[in-house]
Amino acid sequence: MKRIMKEFTGGSAFLSILAVIASLLVGGVLIALSNQDVQTTATYLTARPSDFFHALWNAVFGAYDAMFRGAIFNYQAQSSQEMFKPITETLAYATPITMSGLGLAVAFRSGLFNIGATGQIIFGAMFAGWVGIYVDLPWYIHFPLAVLAGIVGGGLFGALVGFLKATTGANEVIVTIMFNYIAALLLGYLLKTPLLQAPGAVNPISPPVKDSAKYVFFLGDQFRVHGGLFAMLIAVVFVWWLLNRSTLGFRFRALGHNPSAAKVAGINIGLTYILVMGISGALSGLAGTSQILGSEQVLTLGVAASYGFDAITVALLGRSNPWGVLFAGLLFGGLRAGAVTMQADQGVPVDIVLVVQSLIVLFIAAPPLVRSIFRVKVSKEAVA
Amino acid sequence: MKLELRGITKRFGALVANDNVNLVAQPGEIHCLLGENGAGKSTLMNVLYGLYQADAGEILLDDKAVKFAGPGDAMASGIGMVHQHFMLIPVFTVAENVILGHEPTKFGGRLDMQAAREKVREVSAKFGFEIDPDAIVGDLPVGVQQRVEIIKALIGNAKVLIFDEPTAVLTPQETDELMAIMKQLRAAGTAVVFITHKLREVQEVADKITVLRLGKIVGEADPKSTSSELASMMVGREVDLDVEKSVAKPGKPTFKVEGLSAWNHSGTKVLDDINFEIHEGEILVIAGVQGNGQTELTEAIIGMHGKTSGSIQLDGRELIGKSVKQVLDLGVGFVPEDRTEDGLVAEFTIAENLMLDRSDRKPFAKGLNLQLGYLKQFAQEKLKQFDVRAQSIESTAAQLSGGNQQKVVLARELSRELRLFVASQPTRGLDVGSIEFVHEQIVATRDSQIPVLIVATELDEATQLGDRIAVMYKGKIVGIVPSSTPRATLGQMMAGISA
Repeated sequence: MKRIMKEFTGGSAFLSILAVIASLLVGGVLIALSNQDVQTTATYLTARPSDFFHALWNAVFGAYDAMFRGAIFNYQAQSSQEMFKPITETLAYATPITMSGLGLAVAFRSGLFNIGATGQIIFGAMFAGWVGIYVDLPWYIHFPLAVLAGIVGGGLFGALVGFLKATTGANEVIVTIMFNYIAALLLGYLLKTPLLQAPGAVNPISPPVKDSAKYVFFLGDQFRVHGGLFAMLIAVVFVWWLLNRSTLGFRFRALGHNPSAAKVAGINIGLTYILVMGISGALSGLAGTSQILGSEQVLTLGVAASYGFDAITVALLGRSNPWGVLFAGLLFGGLRAGAVTMQADQGVPVDIVLVVQSLIVLFIAAPPLVRSIFRVKVSKEAVA
Repeated sequence: MKLELRGITKRFGALVANDNVNLVAQPGEIHCLLGENGAGKSTLMNVLYGLYQADAGEILLDDKAVKFAGPGDAMASGIGMVHQHFMLIPVFTVAENVILGHEPTKFGGRLDMQAAREKVREVSAKFGFEIDPDAIVGDLPVGVQQRVEIIKALIGNAKVLIFDEPTAVLTPQETDELMAIMKQLRAAGTAVVFITHKLREVQEVADKITVLRLGKIVGEADPKSTSSELASMMVGREVDLDVEKSVAKPGKPTFKVEGLSAWNHSGTKVLDDINFEIHEGEILVIAGVQGNGQTELTEAIIGMHGKTSGSIQLDGRELIGKSVKQVLDLGVGFVPEDRTEDGLVAEFTIAENLMLDRSDRKPFAKGLNLQLGYLKQFAQEKLKQFDVRAQSIESTAAQLSGGNQQKVVLARELSRELRLFVASQPTRGLDVGSIEFVHEQIVATRDSQIPVLIVATELDEATQLGDRIAVMYKGKIVGIVPSSTPRATLGQMMAGISA
């Protein structure tokens, strides 16, 4: 466990980049293997190898080209709006993943293995959603209040884990995993009660959030990117400040590296657990607001999507460093946005992207593997 | 087999850990490699053992140059090493540990445990070890575990045996036994290389002494040299092995412990009605064999021990029931017994470690913001004042030698306004130079009219440092005596017989 934690917070950005490259390479192999043309040409490989390599190139290049067009810039599009849409899609996907990833980074750096982002996102979305749907206020009060409610919701749900750990010594990994189920099932239940369910609805779905509580769609309604993007950037700076420049973060890191020394230095361990998990949960709660007050606008069972788990990978890939998490979040947003185009244009299943994401985890969790693939020399020798 | 190292140089970045080192170990000879922590002894041996590759120089066995790519090569060439931290698998039996890496097999690749047991018995008998090959290593006392390491090396047919700081973990009696084993090995014609910084041991067994300082060979010393001669060679200047201190001028008794009892998690009484007081400007040493309640006593003072009763008063204020933070804020400086575990955050820089207990207040913080500019200035000042040898204040604590780590802890604890100073085994595992420094600081603290409580397990330290000595045995104080009390009497008290 301690070793896993080390990989999460230590390690170099360089290895993260190598892991991504390695995953994309392996992804390319899988794309090639699953391609019809490649399979056909392989049967007469010795007779006409050029056909095979042509098909191979087409399959892999075509897929990654489609991904590029879907995620960054569509040079084939007719209008300039269509050309720039992909990058805004990437940003829209990246917003909640990065926010939640930042939350997990705070926990990981403090030595707490928070797996509960999903639950914390759901709680954030429920709190923000309730305020956004049922409270009637002018936008300049309603919107901040709804966002704050989301932050508080996620924060309280996280802090509860810290409280349980501080008072009973409960293992945060198990508690957060269980809390994910509690949050999901509670949401499912509430969406069947008048408290959240839309009047007259049969499905578990809430009424839409009022306009006064929504994030601004600053590029217009045809783009999915919204004001949550700026909240995300603020969150990055906040986490950087918290971890590197604040007294609170100093205590968090001391706890993460050496709890016994922290205790002897007079740091209140129990209180710190609660604070860490509270802030960690609050950032996932913010991701929840991005979902409910931005992208989704109605509360459904799928409000957290797979972002809670993507956030773990993002925090891992970003080495729990706020800037690293930002880059990793953007990468994941891009992979998601690109996957859609890749499937539509090239018939490459979306699942390939999931495989690439999983491979990234695998490569980061096994740094010696990446090092040996790329023959990175490590200087293990320390001064004895 | 004769071992020769010729012109070994090993660099780590800008640091030259070994600089043109020459060393010859002859069969039937105990060659001591003496040097302070961080002098480059372990690096040299790791080069020899194939763990590091030298940047220059060569290794010769019986005048033939050899190259070791790893420990396997070194072992195959007849070099064995007994590491400071044992390389044993605690859940395996002695025999299983000993054969690990070169397991004897029967037909079909099956493990031949009988042969393994025989081998262990054979070597044990030769040296009179009396080790049961089927004992689980984790259950054995530390001294016996070390013998298992020795057997492991000998079964690999080691002709050159390297002992890397072997006595750091041993009790005085186990140390004596180890010395006897070394002499036996010498008689059997093995070349023994003995790495240490403890002078008494060197004087007892060495045939030849090579002194290493800052990566360079300073010279060879005569085995008959006195302790202070050896120490000055090691440190590079005159050192005073005795603690220099003037007569104490005790003031008011500001620290009082009355009727203190404590229980551990399972409800056993670990402190039993402890009573003592310490005056301003006085050092009270708590002496005793480790594990007789000293740890619990310091924990109780600092506010970390859960179940306690009685009273601990500092300047008339009760400490029991206060949190660690509150106790520290009342002016208690604390040097824990395990500095890497409790005293420092290894991954933090020196600067960060220096503000560990005050990170939330002025001058280190303004509101929630850390004042990194002030911290930098503060750390640089302390680095100089406490003579911490480090590349910069940005070096992590893990990169420092034990002595320098302890200096960082001392610098932190002594730079607050103190009303009481508590240090638990403050010189444990330190080299001569650092011990001298730590002792000076403790005496200086006393002289600034602060009551000082020291936990010591070594009698020499207790008698030299203390103004009075309280001996603990099984959670009780056997007696409080002046430091002029004869050693024999103190030894008896440590065994629970009151004077």
